[in-house]
Amino acid sequence: MGVDGIGARALRKEDKRFITGKGRYTDDMVLPRMAYAAFVRSPHAHAKVTGIDASAALAMPGVDAVLTGEQLVGDGIGNLICGWMVHSKDGSPMNMGAWRALEPEIVRHVGQAVAVVIADTQAQARDAADAVIVDYDELPAIVDAVAAMEAGAPQLHPEASNNLIYDWEIGDEAATNAAFEQAAHVTRMDIHNNRLVPNPMEPRAAVADYNDAEEHYTLYTTSQNPHVARLVLSAFYNVAPENKLRVIAPDVGGGFGSKIFIYPEEIVALWASKRVGRPVKWVSDRTEAFLTDAHGRDHKSHAELALDADNKIIGFRVQTVANLGAYMSLFSSSVPTYLYATLLSGQYDIPAIHANVKAVYTNTTPVDAYRGAGRPEATFLVERMMETAAREVGLSPAEFRRKNFVRSFPHQTPVIMCYDAGDYDATLDAALKAIDHDGFPARKAEAASRGKLRGMGLSCYIEACGIAPSAAVGSLGAGVGLWESAEVRVNPVGSIEVLTGSHSHGQGHETTFAQLISERFGLDTDSVNIVHGDTDKVQFGMGTYGSRSGAVGMSAIVKALDKVEAKAKKIAAHLMEAAEGDIQIEGGELKVAGTDKKLSFTEVALAAYTAHNLPEGMEPGLKEGAFYDPTNFTFPAGTYACEVEIDPDTGKTEIVNFVAADDFGKIINPMIVEGQVHGGLTQGIGQALLENAAYDESGQLVTGSYMDYTMPRADDVPSYQLLTTETICPGNPLGMKGCGEAGAIGSPPAVINAITDAINNNDLSMPATPERVWQASRAGLQQAAE
Amino acid sequence: MTTVSMTLNGKKVSAPVEDRTLLVHYIREAQGLTGTHVGCDTSQCGACVVHVNGKAVKSCTMLAVQAGDADVTTVEGLANGAELHPVQAAFREHHGLQCGFCTPGMIMTAVDMIERHGASLDEKTVRHELEGNICRCTGYQNIVKAILAASDQMAAMKTAAE
Repeated sequence: MGVDGIGARALRKEDKRFITGKGRYTDDMVLPRMAYAAFVRSPHAHAKVTGIDASAALAMPGVDAVLTGEQLVGDGIGNLICGWMVHSKDGSPMNMGAWRALEPEIVRHVGQAVAVVIADTQAQARDAADAVIVDYDELPAIVDAVAAMEAGAPQLHPEASNNLIYDWEIGDEAATNAAFEQAAHVTRMDIHNNRLVPNPMEPRAAVADYNDAEEHYTLYTTSQNPHVARLVLSAFYNVAPENKLRVIAPDVGGGFGSKIFIYPEEIVALWASKRVGRPVKWVSDRTEAFLTDAHGRDHKSHAELALDADNKIIGFRVQTVANLGAYMSLFSSSVPTYLYATLLSGQYDIPAIHANVKAVYTNTTPVDAYRGAGRPEATFLVERMMETAAREVGLSPAEFRRKNFVRSFPHQTPVIMCYDAGDYDATLDAALKAIDHDGFPARKAEAASRGKLRGMGLSCYIEACGIAPSAAVGSLGAGVGLWESAEVRVNPVGSIEVLTGSHSHGQGHETTFAQLISERFGLDTDSVNIVHGDTDKVQFGMGTYGSRSGAVGMSAIVKALDKVEAKAKKIAAHLMEAAEGDIQIEGGELKVAGTDKKLSFTEVALAAYTAHNLPEGMEPGLKEGAFYDPTNFTFPAGTYACEVEIDPDTGKTEIVNFVAADDFGKIINPMIVEGQVHGGLTQGIGQALLENAAYDESGQLVTGSYMDYTMPRADDVPSYQLLTTETICPGNPLGMKGCGEAGAIGSPPAVINAITDAINNNDLSMPATPERVWQASRAGLQQAAE
Repeated sequence: MTTVSMTLNGKKVSAPVEDRTLLVHYIREAQGLTGTHVGCDTSQCGACVVHVNGKAVKSCTMLAVQAGDADVTTVEGLANGAELHPVQAAFREHHGLQCGFCTPGMIMTAVDMIERHGASLDEKTVRHELEGNICRCTGYQNIVKAILAASDQMAAMKTAAE
């Protein structure tokens, strides 16, 4: 590969195995005597389980066992937990109902597992699962979160009266109300952020292997954070102590948040493996994924923005109802609170903000973090409000935003976050120029001459990444610290292994992390291996989500590299009889400055391991570890500009130009960063135009397959124009901010702002399907005519 | 059970399988070639695309017995020894993959597309032809770029050979 340092568009080291079919995903693992699991799932959204008859299933060929929730509870397997405690505004802790991996009494969403069949083949297991007879007494179901809080609504959990999990607030309510009393103009909107299904292309899977001689379990699983999985499986679900449980997340085919959480199926696979004395494999099919992978978004909000006579924002007031589904998934409580309302200041200097969030149980699939997690919901709200307010007061949306930008840093918002660095004018200027904002009226007129409607929409997003300072998140209720660990192992002949607690499931860590070593020591990236995803190899790690692997994961590697470099320099100085301060590392060699004395990196590594001639008192070896705990979040920000053309006869929206101008701080590999933005934008545009998890009133998911749920395909999206500006993040050694979620966060409001501009009607919700756009454009044309 | 024989990546293979076995499961389980993936249950995602007698086929939508005696190529059979197929090389060169799960199906679809269209491919055609393959990571932009680059390269190679 060559020496590829920071900033190089290095091609990916991991690609060869994927393009030749040699990737190794969980479903590719085959173990001797392996059996297959198939779950018996509830067809009802809410029902009492009154009986399970497995006799017919047990008599079928190849069936080894049918296991139920009663047995699981009897064996002491613990309930699933939510790991982030959120308190209501009255100080009371959140109301968490019991969630069992197999439910013995009351099912609360379609697809919830009540039993599992273990059989010799997958087909036998699935056939037998169909033959398990479960008797249910149906109960009334509720799917809408606002309706779920009303008197008389069906109740899901005895712990949560009126289905209310918490009633939380942030900001200064009195100051915000006072601002509204002085407002010259108030913009008000009701905004729904549509429910999405994450849909990584690899469905979840687990292969569990219990060794009774060692009382030891191995779990191969589709996880973004195998150490967190082991911790939770051990500490809360009582599967096994940590030293008796190895979790391996091999190649993982995308996650987008949905593979952070520990789900019932992994727990059951482990438990069943011990029960039947065989390795057990479970692989989700796509419909199971739709029914059981944690969903994303689903907020209903009312927002009010107060402006003074000079069109400066003086207050922002938000009420949000967050639908968390039937159970509290692992980090579900944090998403509509600390990952959402803390970003309601956007890129703007807003003196007073108050937000109230009610989280609610419904008879739907649990909702948790999905690409962006809370930040897309905040951005959609803020940027729809900004565009709407600008239109109402007659300012150009760009100028209205500019008038209110934060320009001095650090900037303390009224909602916890302290922005460390940024230049919001720079990304706005870059985006406006790239999309030829000045030429838009002419293009709109030209489109009109062809009978088409053109619109332009902006979105100036900010997000908080690099999650997160452990003490800070601890004080907000997190059950874990959110640091990262790394170990740099220099082998005796100078090649390097980097063990990281981050996990790569598409992000290209094997390449970008190697670039750090290449940069530091001038070594070929081929001589560096990145090791991740195995709790037996890597000591601990918090995993990959929230765009944290650069800002937090790579910072830990930098800290370990500092220690390796210091030791290598000491050894080199000793061997070359020079002062330590005179040693320079360049092109894979350690040189004595101002002389021709030098040693190769390999010679120094070998000296560390032969230990024949080391400085007095130095331990042999060249291997260092580090833990890095960030001091703040990082704040990537940017402007997205979207131009659409709509056919008023069909309501079909075509995105004719899309510009993304991002400030991600320091970029390690621009090629990989661009790929992250392309993917994020497509998911965001998917939310804006196509995707929606729809339930009918009885709680059936009517979009439960790719025949019904509209995934963005190649001809639904354009090629994007990407630009970057750079302000260095002062909070971490590389100056990085993170890029994994920006596209999904910033794009939905840009698209909806563009469409509503084109059709002259602001009343449009996501997804903006042709039917909805057609309806809304009729109303818009009528208004324009009046 | 039926014994199904075929030529898989140039080799004669044979295995007894249940009559209902899908071609994708025959390839993955009976023959142990796990590069071909299953991403959905409704023939929508294209992660399972292989070539049967030279044509791109979703192997989740065909019984193994229907491919009896056929010539089947999977992503593992595409490279010429250590030399990558131009489409494989282009996917790497243009960063046309991230998690890699949809990639084998994308590559097999792309090879078929280029063979049918030759050098006349343009972005619009490529995007339209990809309607049967879903990728959640890349936003398709670099996949499109890779296919266009590979089609140019393959056309040039063909011209040079003529």
